[in-house]
Amino acid sequence: MPKLKSLEELQKLRQQLQKDIKARADTSTTITVGMGTCGIAAGAREVMHAILAELEARAIDAHVTTVGCIGMCSREPLVDIQQGDEPRVTYGDVNPEMVPRLIEEHLVEGNVVEEWVVGRMEA
Amino acid sequence: MAEQYRADVLVSCVHDRAPDFIPALEAEVKRRGLEEEVRVVEAGCRGFCSMGPVILIEPDGIFYVGLESADVPELVEETLVKGRVVERLTYKEPTTHACISYCRDIPFYNKQERIVLRHCGMIDPESIEEYIAVDGYQALSKVLMSMTPEEVIEELKKSGLRGRGGAGFSTGRKWEAAREVEGEIKYVLANGDEGDPNCFMDRALMEADPYSILEGMTIGAYTIGAHQGFVYIPFEHTGSVRSMKNAIQQAQEYGLLGEDILGSGFDFDVELRLGAHSFVGGESTALMHAVEGKVSEPRPKHYHTTEKGVWDRPSCLNNVKTWNIVPAIINRGADWFASIGTETSKGTQVFSLAGKVNNVGLAEVPMGITVQELVFDVGGGVPEGREFKALQIGGPSGGFLPTDLLDMPMDYETLAEAGSMMGTGGVVILDDRSCVVDTARYFLDFLRDESCGKCTSCREGIRRMLEILTRITEGEGELEDLDTLERLGRVVKAVSLCGLGKTAPNPVLSTLRYFRDEYVAHIVDHKCPAGVCKALIEYYIDEEKCTGCGLCLRKCPQEAISGEKKEPHVIDSELCIRCGVCFDVCRFDAVGVR
Repeated sequence: MPKLKSLEELQKLRQQLQKDIKARADTSTTITVGMGTCGIAAGAREVMHAILAELEARAIDAHVTTVGCIGMCSREPLVDIQQGDEPRVTYGDVNPEMVPRLIEEHLVEGNVVEEWVVGRMEA
Repeated sequence: MAEQYRADVLVSCVHDRAPDFIPALEAEVKRRGLEEEVRVVEAGCRGFCSMGPVILIEPDGIFYVGLESADVPELVEETLVKGRVVERLTYKEPTTHACISYCRDIPFYNKQERIVLRHCGMIDPESIEEYIAVDGYQALSKVLMSMTPEEVIEELKKSGLRGRGGAGFSTGRKWEAAREVEGEIKYVLANGDEGDPNCFMDRALMEADPYSILEGMTIGAYTIGAHQGFVYIPFEHTGSVRSMKNAIQQAQEYGLLGEDILGSGFDFDVELRLGAHSFVGGESTALMHAVEGKVSEPRPKHYHTTEKGVWDRPSCLNNVKTWNIVPAIINRGADWFASIGTETSKGTQVFSLAGKVNNVGLAEVPMGITVQELVFDVGGGVPEGREFKALQIGGPSGGFLPTDLLDMPMDYETLAEAGSMMGTGGVVILDDRSCVVDTARYFLDFLRDESCGKCTSCREGIRRMLEILTRITEGEGELEDLDTLERLGRVVKAVSLCGLGKTAPNPVLSTLRYFRDEYVAHIVDHKCPAGVCKALIEYYIDEEKCTGCGLCLRKCPQEAISGEKKEPHVIDSELCIRCGVCFDVCRFDAVGVR
């Protein structure tokens, strides 16, 4: 490894390294993917991988986690997005092709993609 | 596929209980094709030692305890793939038996304020990269780029930080003394010679977060004007040695130790010094002798080690915990640190909980916590529904606190007034089946072994006190013995040279102060109320309760138990050696002590 010769080099290295421990750091955004057998059968794993790739590509700070079946198996894969104290928004029938728009509009622009929403939960 | 991990599985406290747990977990994660989204991190101690191995799954904070390799497939399938909590593996609250799924909800953790242990169990202790990613070397950067040594000292003084090695001397004032003294060559030293028999916080820290110690030492060296540091660890503490060695090497490779650190022009390097472990070896002058390669014995302190320490050069020695706290104070400010704790004792204290307590382990709480909160909230109370009797604090030469003092806030001053001391924070909890006379005897026996023998008062005084205590536990004590013990104790404390002798009589003096009745019971009634001292007790079998199962009869090593099948058995007191095996094995509570 190269020697750090200045404060700037340390800070640059730190910024790179922080990505590695993102799961342990605080963030205000959590994306939850329904991962019951119903979700997995409907393609939730592929959706989650698409989300991870999109977050990585856009360098967006968010946690991605999984939950068991919430009961609405017919609309799986379900993806919930929760930001700070905002209501938790649930999207249904999500497929990997929908992920870029979901992230672009909801996380980057801050607009909920109403046509795909199947429910909201108060924070 | 994304390079970013969605979940980190932090594994801690594996010990020897499940050596194949981590390989099994890694293999299963791979088998399920999760290795690019879930990462397994071998993290350091999380302090919940009695529950090990434990895992923390981030970002959800799901916490599992007491794991075995056999749990791995279910754990990976349910939690890592499907996101469901496996209740069977969660922590069960000892009184209500409620399952607690998340780390933040467990009373043992949510009562804590982790400063010293801030990174323990949260980072991979073999990766300086993870330390840098959390907040490592931010404090050093701030100091090197924007603070003068005087400002660092002022900040430490304002924070009220006191040395965590036991004596509790102001760290700011110590650094100031070391800075002001003239000397071309000065040293900073980290004391990693943890000697208390039931303590493991320094080791846990060195094994879980070695980098913060090095960062603190570098800040200290810059402040006092030193360019060389030493970390002293007993070679027997192999885990700490390995961890510190690796940390020093990594810091050197990144140029965070060595010449011209971060382009500031400041040079500093650290060497590891190993020695044989001894209790007195943690004393400052003894430790400096050991660093020089001499026998680790204390010397009279006609002059301070900040003036003449290692090789008669100005030396600034701090406990590893003290060094570790310094970067936290620089990062978060003196006011933040001073807002925690009591008037005279600022910040937090790491307590090592042992003995008759449910949550054996390490807990860091604000100074001034009461005995009640420490034992019952953080410690989870006394196991098996027994009654709390006393808390022994301050390591082997600390004192005992009785139930009357349950509401006492613990800091350096209140503990000293109560005849005990903060020490390094070793805590032993006694229940109603623990004998204070026997426990005091145990500690004195330890201290007699560890006394270096230089001072007659310590060498002979402790030995005589131990003889008297042994006599009392054997039922041959006399009432005058109690006065002799007190007189001897006062002399040993008054005239011994170092901290060992000055505090060694504490266990005896404090038990005489709070539990004199129990001594009198041993001497006058020839009884051990707790049923511990073998010469004063007798085992018997309750005829009503005994079912004649014959288990005790088969287990008795002396063949002292007799009886027909399905008939009540009896113990022959003449043959009985009071080993207590029958008491332990009986399933019907039929064996009693009197």
